[in-house]
Amino acid sequence: MSTTLWIIIAGALATYLTRIGGHLVISRFENIHPRVEAGLNAVPAAVLTTLVAPAALTAGPAEWAALIVTALVSLRGGLMAMFLAGAAVLVLARQFVG
Amino acid sequence: MSAEAISENGAKSEFWQGVRLSMPVVVASAPFALLFGAIAVDNGFTVLEAFLMSAMVFGGASQMVGIELFGQHVAPWLIVLSIFAVNFRHVLYSAGIGRRIAHWPLFQQAIGYFILTDPQFAVAERKAEAGETVGFAWYLGLGLPVYVFWVIESALGAVFGRLIPNTHALGIDFLLPIYFLGLVLGFRKRPLWLPVVVASAAASIIAYKTVGSPWHVSIGAVAGVLLAVILPPHHSGVEAKP
Repeated sequence: MSTTLWIIIAGALATYLTRIGGHLVISRFENIHPRVEAGLNAVPAAVLTTLVAPAALTAGPAEWAALIVTALVSLRGGLMAMFLAGAAVLVLARQFVG
Repeated sequence: MSAEAISENGAKSEFWQGVRLSMPVVVASAPFALLFGAIAVDNGFTVLEAFLMSAMVFGGASQMVGIELFGQHVAPWLIVLSIFAVNFRHVLYSAGIGRRIAHWPLFQQAIGYFILTDPQFAVAERKAEAGETVGFAWYLGLGLPVYVFWVIESALGAVFGRLIPNTHALGIDFLLPIYFLGLVLGFRKRPLWLPVVVASAAASIIAYKTVGSPWHVSIGAVAGVLLAVILPPHHSGVEAKP
């Protein structure tokens, strides 16, 4: 089997582990410590931020414009509106600044 | 009519009720499935491999990260670890949804956890909060269309992605950071959101510059989570139960 296939299979197993793991762990406890709960609540923002910050730092003006517009639209619009506005600005800006 | 037939009809209508709720998710995830297929082939995957990854992993962000690292010729075990790190948030969903589906037979639970994505968790939690039972037929109706379209569209993207002439001008390489920023901002009402985002951003940038990719994801995430754990509970909005 190719390395690629092994990566896919191992990645799938690792992913399934995350999808079933929280239940397996939490079902062993009757109470969750408040600090653990606070940490769990922080997981989405903490993980997703790491996928944006370095990319934003190494990007250029077109990308920054897109991120700023995305952030501004987020104050009023939903996820889809945000995404479409940011993407539109990115495509438009790249026509000018590459 | 026997009781069995009645419950079968009920399950059918529950299933289609779930299917209706899945439609916005199917539409919203379509560009990303096509994009994944296109990027996968661009980074050296075959069409079959792109199809298999979508069918087996079924996690958009992690698939994108995995394919990106694959293109950079990162060591295989690091790619798998990165997929695990990006998907680690599902542990939270898993912990939350467990209470709602504990009454299902074990095999159904195993399937339920396999299709546990961000929207799947959110919509199912909402149903449970409304005091309704989260049934297997309804849950499957919600998740199955998303899965089927995700896999098919990934393959389509892999086959036809090469036809997209100038991916840079179309902004395809930077669409995901935009989407992720949207997701991050969607959590902004949560307690400690800003400190967590600042800590994760700073730690991930420093790690990106020093340790390098893909560790910056795990290191940045751990920094944000640890901050939330360390700060006194009254800041995090999680009160100790009397």
